[in-house]
Amino acid sequence: MKPIGNKVKVAILGSGNIGSDLMFKILRDPGHMELALLTGIEPQSEGLARARALGINTSHEGIKPILDDPEIKIVFDATSAYAHVRHAKALREAGRIAIDLTPAARGPYVIPPVNLVEHIDKENVNLITCGGQATIPLVYAVSRVTPVPYAEMISTIASLSAGPGTRQNIDEFTFTTARGLEVIGGAKQGKAIIILNPADPPILMRNTIYVLLDAEEVDRKAIVESVEAMVKAVQAYVPGYRLKNELVFEIRDMPDGKRTMVAMLLEVTGAGDFLPAYAGNLDIMTASARQVGEVFAQKLLKDGTN
Amino acid sequence: MKAPRLTDTTLRDGSHAMKHQFTLEQVRDVAQALDKAGVQVIEVTHGDGLAGSSIQYGFSRTNELDLIEAARKAVSKAKIAALLLPGIGTRKELKEAFDRGIQVVRIATQCTEADVSQQHFGMAKEMGLEAVGFSMMSHMRPPEFLAEQALLMESYGADCVYIVDSAGALLPDGAASRVRALKQALKIQVGFHAHNNLGVAIGNTLAAVEAGADQTDGCLRGLGAGAGNAATELIVATLDRLGYEHEWDVFGLLDAAEFVVAPFMPFQPIPDRDSIAIGYAGVYSTFLLHAKRLGKQYNVDPLDILVELGRRKAMAGQEDWILDVALDLAKQQKG
Repeated sequence: MKPIGNKVKVAILGSGNIGSDLMFKILRDPGHMELALLTGIEPQSEGLARARALGINTSHEGIKPILDDPEIKIVFDATSAYAHVRHAKALREAGRIAIDLTPAARGPYVIPPVNLVEHIDKENVNLITCGGQATIPLVYAVSRVTPVPYAEMISTIASLSAGPGTRQNIDEFTFTTARGLEVIGGAKQGKAIIILNPADPPILMRNTIYVLLDAEEVDRKAIVESVEAMVKAVQAYVPGYRLKNELVFEIRDMPDGKRTMVAMLLEVTGAGDFLPAYAGNLDIMTASARQVGEVFAQKLLKDGTN
Repeated sequence: MKAPRLTDTTLRDGSHAMKHQFTLEQVRDVAQALDKAGVQVIEVTHGDGLAGSSIQYGFSRTNELDLIEAARKAVSKAKIAALLLPGIGTRKELKEAFDRGIQVVRIATQCTEADVSQQHFGMAKEMGLEAVGFSMMSHMRPPEFLAEQALLMESYGADCVYIVDSAGALLPDGAASRVRALKQALKIQVGFHAHNNLGVAIGNTLAAVEAGADQTDGCLRGLGAGAGNAATELIVATLDRLGYEHEWDVFGLLDAAEFVVAPFMPFQPIPDRDSIAIGYAGVYSTFLLHAKRLGKQYNVDPLDILVELGRRKAMAGQEDWILDVALDLAKQQKG
């Protein structure tokens, strides 16, 4: 089964806001992917109608038509953690690659510019949380320069951009993101806080990252350069990702002596592909998913296993 | 008339004014004095709730779970409560606090976001805790809106929902109308939590009680965020003079305020220039000390920082925006 030209067939599972935004991103910049199918479970769903209007094949039979088409090699799951547990098993058995946008975490956590290369042979990868995609790269950028005993992130998102899944599982955001700061960010201890802001007009996604370093003396220049390089690396696939101000260095008196604290103030504006620009939190998830899909597609084409 | 149930939150809201430096001894002494004087509930937690100890809000000197346990051991009748803000604390810390002796959990959300609290109410009720909803920044929305949000908390199992004037921005009419709207809509109890930024914490509390509040909050000496809270000793003295039936020891609470709390207070919270600005601009009371510190650091007027935060519609817990604003204003000043 050879790919059509130099493309790999991909499908999106889930016709909600996230699935729709991802669809627009792939259509706008397909790279080495061809969006073969978007499926949901609700025949009357707006998302399916929208996809059909754009000439995309759709189905309301969930995962079934995806499993039925052996040419679909990569599947983006934008359903729910609950559904993904079942999908993960079916996709693995069918030999498809699953890119999981839900909090199910059946496969390893990935952050494209940090650890995707390590997991390029996995059959299932997970995108952590929106706050994780935004903040973990910058914690990693510091920890590759100097040890980070403690990292803390505060994500403030517009109320309108937080769907029922996030609201009913807010603890999972906190646990998963904190874990990601440790496992991928390289912090010995991670802490995550999420705040919903109902302002009208809605606020852009804002993240603050604080890291506490071992010493009072640190190589500030090396830290700044590493962080700036990482911001550029993320901007390559999330154009609206930017530092709001220069890095702030402060000396803090801690019980165990003087420590350097670095504050990084980050704003994420969405690309507005389908979801509004304020929802940078959703944009960074779909943009990361597209990036992961593209890297997997290139790998499949290179290996000729497609 | 029966007086409302009184929750003293010196050991939680007061944690802000104390920069989260409470010691075991202070907690024991305060809890004992409150218990002896008949205060029904004593809240003990980091100022920003369970797991609030952080760079964002300030690290606790003593682990809050140790403080909770010390308070529980110091009292004979009073119930011990903890505050939990979903998004900061989780069910993990709630379970730990339960294991250390809390009998009441107060679950706080922005007044527009009650639906983030469902899993926490669920767990609290499963563990047999009394669960109180805390609708923060209540000045930002009208009474009918707040009642709808409170109904969500009621449906999740809340035993009471509080109108929380986190910014100390309400005036007596606004406090009373909000309590009244909840009393009409809910089957469960209704509470009121005041801040004194506009100098009307006691007036608002009395108006809320008159409007039917079943529970109310105070702090000894008003020790709390911003200009502090309604003083516990003032609540009992005024309700006593109004003829409400109660079992509090009025003079015992005057003594507790004067001889137990006042000696360790770093300062007496009052409606001064910056605190009034908080009430006037309608921002979170705990921003006060952070705005003062960063104002000094970046040579910016804290009042300008607070007013700008109000303009940007910062909500409860958004202390990191204070740094944003301080940096932006410092840049503007440089031109």
